[in-house]
Amino acid sequence: MSQLSGDQLAVSAQGLGKSFGGTTALDGLDLAVPAGTVYGLLGPNGAGKTTAIRLLATLTAPDTGWARVAGFDVAREPERVRRSIGLAGQHAAVDEGITGRENLTLVGRFHHLGAREARRRADELLERFGLAAAGDRLVRGYSGGMRRRLDLVACLVTRPPVLFLDEPTTGLDPRSRGEIWDAVRELTAGGSTVLLTTQYLEEADRLADTVMVLDHGRAIADGPPGRLKAAIGTRVQVVVDDAGQLPAAAGVLAAVTGGEPVSDRDRRQVEALSLPGREVLLPALVRALDAAGVAARDVALRTPSLDDVFLALTAERQAA
Amino acid sequence: MSGSTVSTTRPARATAPGGPAAAPGRLRRTALDAATSTTRVLLYYRHSPGLLAASLAVPVVMVVLFGYVFGSAMRVPGGGDYREFLMPGLFAMVAINGITPTMVGVARDVDRGATDRLRSMPLSRFGVLLGSALADLLIGVAVLVPLVGVGLAVGWRMRDGVADALAAFALLVLFRFVMTWVGTFLGLAAGSEQMAGQLAVLTFPPAMVTNVFVPTGGMPGWLRVIADWNPASAVVAACRQLFGNPTAPASAWPLQHPVVATLLWSGLLLAVFAPLAVRKYSTHGR
Ligand SMILES: Nc1ncnc2c1ncn2[C@@H]1O[C@H](COP(=O)(O)OP(=O)(O)OP(=O)(O)O)[C@@H](O)[C@H]1O
Ligand SMILES: [Mg+2]
Repeated sequence: MSQLSGDQLAVSAQGLGKSFGGTTALDGLDLAVPAGTVYGLLGPNGAGKTTAIRLLATLTAPDTGWARVAGFDVAREPERVRRSIGLAGQHAAVDEGITGRENLTLVGRFHHLGAREARRRADELLERFGLAAAGDRLVRGYSGGMRRRLDLVACLVTRPPVLFLDEPTTGLDPRSRGEIWDAVRELTAGGSTVLLTTQYLEEADRLADTVMVLDHGRAIADGPPGRLKAAIGTRVQVVVDDAGQLPAAAGVLAAVTGGEPVSDRDRRQVEALSLPGREVLLPALVRALDAAGVAARDVALRTPSLDDVFLALTAERQAA
Repeated sequence: MSGSTVSTTRPARATAPGGPAAAPGRLRRTALDAATSTTRVLLYYRHSPGLLAASLAVPVVMVVLFGYVFGSAMRVPGGGDYREFLMPGLFAMVAINGITPTMVGVARDVDRGATDRLRSMPLSRFGVLLGSALADLLIGVAVLVPLVGVGLAVGWRMRDGVADALAAFALLVLFRFVMTWVGTFLGLAAGSEQMAGQLAVLTFPPAMVTNVFVPTGGMPGWLRVIADWNPASAVVAACRQLFGNPTAPASAWPLQHPVVATLLWSGLLLAVFAPLAVRKYSTHGR
């Protein structure tokens, strides 16, 4: 397998822009993905994630800017880029009317592997990704998770150095999601570079070495996922039995989180976002509530969601 | 937090990717990709033989419906048996009806991302489309063979010798090939399976405004001009001539020189739709 050495960029782009009619899908995106790492593009619906992937995979031509993948320019050397990438699009692009094994064999044949080699490779991949038993069944009968896995496996047939995965786990149950995560980790262990998109911060957190948050076609933040989360803090929620205790609970939350608690009398709930860098631990919180005489029915600590990241980042931008 | 920063590290060049060591030459690659693409379509049919049966059912129903129900009241101008007049028309009908599955299949591939995946691979786009056109052609032959059997059973005959009959079949296969490219383009233009399914209904009138079921002579003037110049009418007339079946007299040039007209129409349609299809395929979603 050919690989790019560690200090080189597997994907780089500058000023990448794309509009469809009046809609600006991507508005000057810069990317620098070191070889052998997992890079996560995080963003809500319509942020431009798929557009970015399609530009990098040579499916769409950019209006502005340039991009290089595996060292080749996507506009001038699309053929060489295509020889270096694997793409799993947003919707599992497997052929339903044929078997899983046939799907993989066809991909091998399209990559000009010999008939025997294509079949051998299909067997090997089915085995490795737990699809061997289902290999000879029609894909129509596969579960969503199996389909997704097959789709992912289909872009590994030629062991490409760079992989693009567009929302590889959207719509999957937690177990299937875990299986996809394992598969992605296995890939990077083999030295591949993975650029994936996701709507879930947790997923980016689990998989990606670096995350870029996209909104309206622009990068609003990038860096290691831990740093993004640390910059946002933890969301703490307390539900009480008696609405009269809300002020007391709010007092405790203010002290523990350093944030500004918001009370909701109807739901008898008070909620606060901890200050960045401040650690909130459940036992300490419960003890503090107890000491204040608050009868808490439910206490929850939530790591920041994508929504929190957005709220925090957009608030920060407005403040700046 | 700051926007993204671009590292100044030089982009790395990948050496030859894993898998195949050297890219095969252009022509060989086109052939390889076409072969794989053909296999892909044929695998579909192998797993769903019902599709073939459905493609055959339509013309067989037409044989019964037109050959016996309406046919009992039909007189072919210039004389001859109506069922013998009808069969070449139904053979051509198979080619025309082939547009629908092609269109819907192509649009489904676009819908489901299969087209994107193929386009992200280093393969010949013309080869991929050529391959599925060839597969459709084989399917067309597979439907034609039993239909010929049905024709023989209801009294249709090839009366002008083997060479002429083979020429007629060659024209039918050519026409099917042409229709596949038309279908591919329409499917890509439709862009979604649902749209393609709805557009497919529109292929019905052009298939009917022909000499397939009735001679064009009895149609009102403007409709007759359309039917006379319909490429499908030329194919049907050519087959009637080559099989030695009854041909209703017609004065329009394409129907007086149906073989030449069929070849010209096929060349023209191929020259228009094949490049359009490849272009549409390559630039899809740009
Ligand atoms: N082919 C197209 N034609 C018109 N508009 C498009 C096209 N592709 C994308 N867009 C628009 O560009 C914007 C970005 O779309 P994109 O698909 O890249 O978002 P995304 O981040 O992948 O969203 P999602 O999470 O829903 O997949 C959207 O407003 C979308 O409507
Ligand atoms: Mg998307």
